[in-house]
Amino acid sequence: MSDGAKGAGGPSIPITVEFTGGLELLFGNERKHKVSISACMDDGSPTNLAYLLPYLVDNLMQDQRKEMFIMEDNVRPGILVLINDADWELEGEEKYELQPGDNIVFVSTLHGG
Amino acid sequence: MSDLEETCASLRAQIAATETQLAGLKRELARAQEAAVAKSNNAKVSDSNEHAQPTPESRWPLLQEEYKRYGRQMIVSQVGLEGQLKLRAAKVLLVGAGGLGCPAAQYLAGAGVGTLGLIDGDTVEVSNLHRQVLHRSRNVGKYKVDSAIETLRELNPHPTYIAHRTHLTPGEAPTIFAQYDLILDCTDNPATRYLISDTAVLLGKPLVSASALRTEGQLMVLNNPPRPPGDKEGGPCYRCVFPKPPPADSVVSCADGGILGPVVGTMGVLQALEAIKIITAGSGQGHDTGATVRESPLLHIFSAYSNPLFRTIRIRSRRTNCSVCSADATVTLDTITSGSTDYVFFCGSAHPPSLLAPDERISAREYHDKYPPSVLRPQGPSNQASTSRGHTIIDVRDKVQFGICSLEESINIPISNILASPSMEETPSWVPAELAASEYNDPIYVVCRLGNDSQLAVQRMKDLGLDRHGQRYIGDIRGGLRAWREQVDHEWPEY
Repeated sequence: MSDGAKGAGGPSIPITVEFTGGLELLFGNERKHKVSISACMDDGSPTNLAYLLPYLVDNLMQDQRKEMFIMEDNVRPGILVLINDADWELEGEEKYELQPGDNIVFVSTLHGG
Repeated sequence: MSDLEETCASLRAQIAATETQLAGLKRELARAQEAAVAKSNNAKVSDSNEHAQPTPESRWPLLQEEYKRYGRQMIVSQVGLEGQLKLRAAKVLLVGAGGLGCPAAQYLAGAGVGTLGLIDGDTVEVSNLHRQVLHRSRNVGKYKVDSAIETLRELNPHPTYIAHRTHLTPGEAPTIFAQYDLILDCTDNPATRYLISDTAVLLGKPLVSASALRTEGQLMVLNNPPRPPGDKEGGPCYRCVFPKPPPADSVVSCADGGILGPVVGTMGVLQALEAIKIITAGSGQGHDTGATVRESPLLHIFSAYSNPLFRTIRIRSRRTNCSVCSADATVTLDTITSGSTDYVFFCGSAHPPSLLAPDERISAREYHDKYPPSVLRPQGPSNQASTSRGHTIIDVRDKVQFGICSLEESINIPISNILASPSMEETPSWVPAELAASEYNDPIYVVCRLGNDSQLAVQRMKDLGLDRHGQRYIGDIRGGLRAWREQVDHEWPEY
């Protein structure tokens, strides 16, 4: 363990989290959420997206069907994660370290037509 | 009386449809006769192209009428005469003639795409008409592709229209796709979307893919530029973006989730636009011809009630381990047509839940007989759980649907509220006080639109112990309000 700030006690960074494509229904029917998240994870390293996912489930998600959002510790198939308007696959996926002011969007793919 | 009126309306619709068909046949005959006369008059003219073309002596590549018809788009610098000729030479296949396919086909036909194929095995339903803009009320019951082509012919008689009256199957997809240059995915389910993308990649066709639900839409141009599997310069395919399909029970259809006409229309129109851009690429003056700058692949998201309305996202390029477009591809045309690439298995299918035992369910008719409507009894309060009738009826549809029509004395507790509470919680806030009160053991019935969510709700209530260890009956109405309409009240609105 490093000496970094722990949990909610340390400095935090403000980010915006958005849900769209129907995912907002799992989050109290609110699309846009202002989130303030600890700048460091428990091991002292900067907070990344892998840390954000369970945080959202525990703190923002209202629907109890967790599997509609997370499967096998990752977003379930059919959800795209966008970091500042780019697919997270271009940004390092769950290893991406959150920066103040980041805009993280979760988009469920639509199939109707 | 109303039955008779319905019969009359239906007969009128059938007569109108038959007359339209007859008129269409007459037009075709007239055209064929004209063509036969022209051929015998001028045996030297060998016109291999199916649609009208200027005679070889003509100084102009387009018909006089075509210059007028397409003039407004031809003078746009990105199109020009060259672009118009490319459009006329283009063969475009639209898979799906519904909310996306109709507007897309309308603009492509209008723009003078030479060959337009439509594939769809569905027939027109009344509930399609608010958004599927090529279909007319008189064509309810007709194949969508025939209905659409009828309207497209009225709009522009020049293109060749090809009707494929079938759902796209893996066995036929490669043969059908091979006849076209560009594919538009206007379908409504993941299995077909993967099939379309795989086939398009393996046959080297660019793909314009769109989808829509409720108030949102998404659009991607895939496999553009189209390159053979393993060529990293090719655009990503649907599998690169979504290597794994979503769980079948997370897929919501327009019938269940709803859809605004202009939302899906917007996406269909954008598909037509992207198609025109691909077909006319490098034409006219406004474009740098030759090696165009490679743009990053994009996903466009439209959200009618968000600000901004549109958002464009950079997405990944081809996946190096993609099972279709990478060097390690395992999906081939053979595995598609032979069925060894199994799309239905890959995507799974959502089975209607069957959570409850037969004795936990009651038919709509039985419920009605057991609890006759209040006209036969003194009126009770309508806005809260009625214990005067000796039971409680809970409707778990969402608030909007409950507002459209609801059973007398039913109370509305949306399934989303029920599922939002942890099952361990002592008494969640959505449970009405009178149901939680231990002095009542009156039965609880749950109803929804089709009889699926009601089962979930019953189970959740039992998990919470509201059935008092079996002392209180909790069950649902089998088949939901659809069954209510069929078995009890034929005037119940069907939406």
